[in-house]
Amino acid sequence: MTEISASAPVGTDNDATRPKRRDIGIKRRYAAENRFRALGIGAVSIAVLALVFLLISILSNGLSAFRQTFVAFDVTLDAAVLDKAGNRDPAEMAKVTTIGYGNLLKKALAADLEARGVSTEGISSKEIAGLLSKEAPAQLRNRVLADPGLVGQTISFKTYATGRIDGYYKGRVTMESAALDSNVSPEQLTLADRMRGAGMLTVGFNTGFLFGPDASELRPEAAGLGIAILGSAYMMILVLVMSLPLGIAASIYLEEFAPQNRFTDLIEVNINNLAAVPSIVFGLLGLAIFINFAGLPQSAPVVGALVLTLMTLPTIIIATRAALKAVPPSIREAALGIGASKMQAIFHHVLPLAMPGILTGTIIGLAQALGETAPLLLIGMVAFVRDFPAAPPEGFFDPAAALPVQVYNWTQRADPAFVERASGAIIVLLVFLFLMNLIAIVLRRQFERRW
Amino acid sequence: MNTGLLVLAVLVIAIAGFILGRRHSLVTANGDIRNLHSLPGYHGQSVFIFAAAPALLLVCVWLLAQPLVIESRVSSMIEPSDIPSGSTLGLVMADVRRISDGLDVAVAQGALTEAQIDNMRADLTDVRSRLADVGIAVGSNVSQNVFLAAKEFRALNGIGRIAMAIAGLALALAGAAFAYSRITPRYRARNVSEGAIKALMILSSTVAILTTLGIVLSLVFETVHFFRLYPAQNFFFNFTWNPQFRGGSDLGIIPLLWGTLYVSFTALAVAVPIGLLSAIYLAEYASSTVRSVAKPTIELLAGIPTIVYGLFALITVGPMLRDYFAQPLGLGSSSSSVMTAGLVMGIMVIPFISSLSDDVINAVPQAMRDGSLGLGATRSETVKKVILPAALPGIVGAILLAASRAIGETMIVVMGAGAAAKLSVNPFEAMTTITVKIVSQLTGDTEFASPETLVAFALGLSLFVVTLGLNVVALYVVRKYREQYE
Repeated sequence: MTEISASAPVGTDNDATRPKRRDIGIKRRYAAENRFRALGIGAVSIAVLALVFLLISILSNGLSAFRQTFVAFDVTLDAAVLDKAGNRDPAEMAKVTTIGYGNLLKKALAADLEARGVSTEGISSKEIAGLLSKEAPAQLRNRVLADPGLVGQTISFKTYATGRIDGYYKGRVTMESAALDSNVSPEQLTLADRMRGAGMLTVGFNTGFLFGPDASELRPEAAGLGIAILGSAYMMILVLVMSLPLGIAASIYLEEFAPQNRFTDLIEVNINNLAAVPSIVFGLLGLAIFINFAGLPQSAPVVGALVLTLMTLPTIIIATRAALKAVPPSIREAALGIGASKMQAIFHHVLPLAMPGILTGTIIGLAQALGETAPLLLIGMVAFVRDFPAAPPEGFFDPAAALPVQVYNWTQRADPAFVERASGAIIVLLVFLFLMNLIAIVLRRQFERRW
Repeated sequence: MNTGLLVLAVLVIAIAGFILGRRHSLVTANGDIRNLHSLPGYHGQSVFIFAAAPALLLVCVWLLAQPLVIESRVSSMIEPSDIPSGSTLGLVMADVRRISDGLDVAVAQGALTEAQIDNMRADLTDVRSRLADVGIAVGSNVSQNVFLAAKEFRALNGIGRIAMAIAGLALALAGAAFAYSRITPRYRARNVSEGAIKALMILSSTVAILTTLGIVLSLVFETVHFFRLYPAQNFFFNFTWNPQFRGGSDLGIIPLLWGTLYVSFTALAVAVPIGLLSAIYLAEYASSTVRSVAKPTIELLAGIPTIVYGLFALITVGPMLRDYFAQPLGLGSSSSSVMTAGLVMGIMVIPFISSLSDDVINAVPQAMRDGSLGLGATRSETVKKVILPAALPGIVGAILLAASRAIGETMIVVMGAGAAAKLSVNPFEAMTTITVKIVSQLTGDTEFASPETLVAFALGLSLFVVTLGLNVVALYVVRKYREQYE
């Protein structure tokens, strides 16, 4: 009481100044309000811009990987060089190594340049041959050994230009940088321009990048993603086959049958914690248990798939349980009411209704697994693999690469052309992820039911 | 008979049992399905389960036990004198296995016959070069005892395989016959098959426990192994990290821990303000159209694989920071740095903070907002004075989860932070983290039993303990908070 009566005169005393002070206060408070709002907008835009910048950076670096510079010219396959015995027996012809084919290509390219009237003044014959990829002799050799009848004929042969020439047409290599580069000279670049004018040198879509095997450090132009895509596909198939039944069985038990007790609690705590364990720890698990203890082969898709299955299982279980929970109890009760056993009610009624949700969760889990790199590094998927794995099921045990690991692999190489390849591989990876998520969204839109 | 074929044969028997059992149940019911307790399909399933489950279980146990039994019998054949100096019994046994595999390959290729192998003696023929002919490399020259052990190993394995096939098939047939004979109209086949399915489901749900157990056991086992070779106090308290592949390494975790915490702190310094402010904006200010576009876009950041961020750090952010900040400021000339990794990791972590904070902000009861606004507070005052204090535990939980994610992140730091273990405060200098060193210690060509390799498991265990601790605390905080308003 005393307080109020004491403070009242103070208020009336300041009556004249009060409206003014309130005005200032409101202005200040509204300014603070606007600042806060602007901060929020700023934060959202920074996040969105970061995403856009990330995608633009990857796209601008990687799109050129899908285009490649090719050299096409006529090669006369001299029988005296390639098949000394003259019996066209592939086993005997295999004695001619890539060095022999390299010399043949060198001569053929020089001859074809002369025939087409492309001047080669001031360029040594070694430099002319240096325009061709180091992969070219092996390509020609494989083609001849596959079809010995070609010997003696003149065929038109199309092969990669070296990474530096390719880089010249993609803006990575310039005349100035070539003058300083021991791998390419400005004269070679001008010759390449003349060859382009004569139609011998073309820039086109590079199917080898999508379907070919990886190539060694010195021939970035021939490096492809074929084995990595196949390896990733093998792993995804195995992950799907292993994780979907396991995940559904575990979720049905936990959601529909499990009594509330310590054992069930233990399982739930474990699932939640596994979802947050760093992925590299799963790699250590795979190395210690699947490779060192169980003796499974290194670099094999089956080991990668086992590790990725254990990693994605929590995601799939959490999604499946949510889908099962979303099916209203009336469905179960109706089934039980007309005499179905609990198992029948679940398998005949609840599970089919929950299936779209389960599949959506599974696809998102698979997409996560597809992009996972760290655990695969530890189980030896970084190894250089040149041979395609066999068809399943043996192929699951053959050495293979995986898409994200291939990206990492390429970034570790010295030649700048591999940066473009790595970004191109990322684009391929993102396209796969986009497609998988699209399928998940379509599934959800198409089949989702609201009760 | 190889294992795949055996499993296939067992399954064929089980499927045949299913068909026969189904038909038989109808016969016992005189063709009238109403006389049966369970539908014919369940009778078939019960036969299938009795045929397949015990047999497959036996095969699994056999596959695990056989190598152990054979190893112990064969290794007793090897005298101490057969082990070359500097080698171990384990290495000799590896040779034994390789020779035995080599003989199998040689027989398969037709280079040797069984009779020739029986008569072959290591002191008379050069086994090593003959195996090299079929493409099997053996580490050292083969002594007679080792060769005998290899032959014994091969013989025992052959016997074991045949015995396993016979036992497996016999068990499958016996199981099928047993279940078949139990089929009567009153037999509760449905209960049997449902019980089996339930057992299978319980088994599947224990995979999560087994995985955790596997992680803990493998990490602890190898870490103990490591600490026997390298003293634990040096690992935890040594300030240098300098692995030498010829031995005498310094393997102190402190510089790695410093790098990890520094990078994670930088990441959180980027992600917490951006994530929290965008969560507040989207929850309290944004119109529903803005929200429906911006929220999924930000969450897209969480769906991008970390290798993409790693490449982004390596080819874009790293060089940019070096050219525009580090070099002009004279702070360094390395494109991989704490700043590079921290910035990119911060972008990656934004959605973890923003979605979780968004959830907790939305969970604050509307009445509290209305009360505050009704008293004349502006929106920002309501957010700062009412909503944030109420949501604080949840936001702290979100930040802890994000921190655990940042500490365990691998690819961004492998490609963005560098490989030099340093104790420095300059954010533009390359530093390294625990995860980077796990990768680099395990991807080189080193002997597995050396401390330089095994240290990766000790690092992994430290990482596991730290992230697990953070997660447990975060979940506890979040759960406690939820109870308040529900």
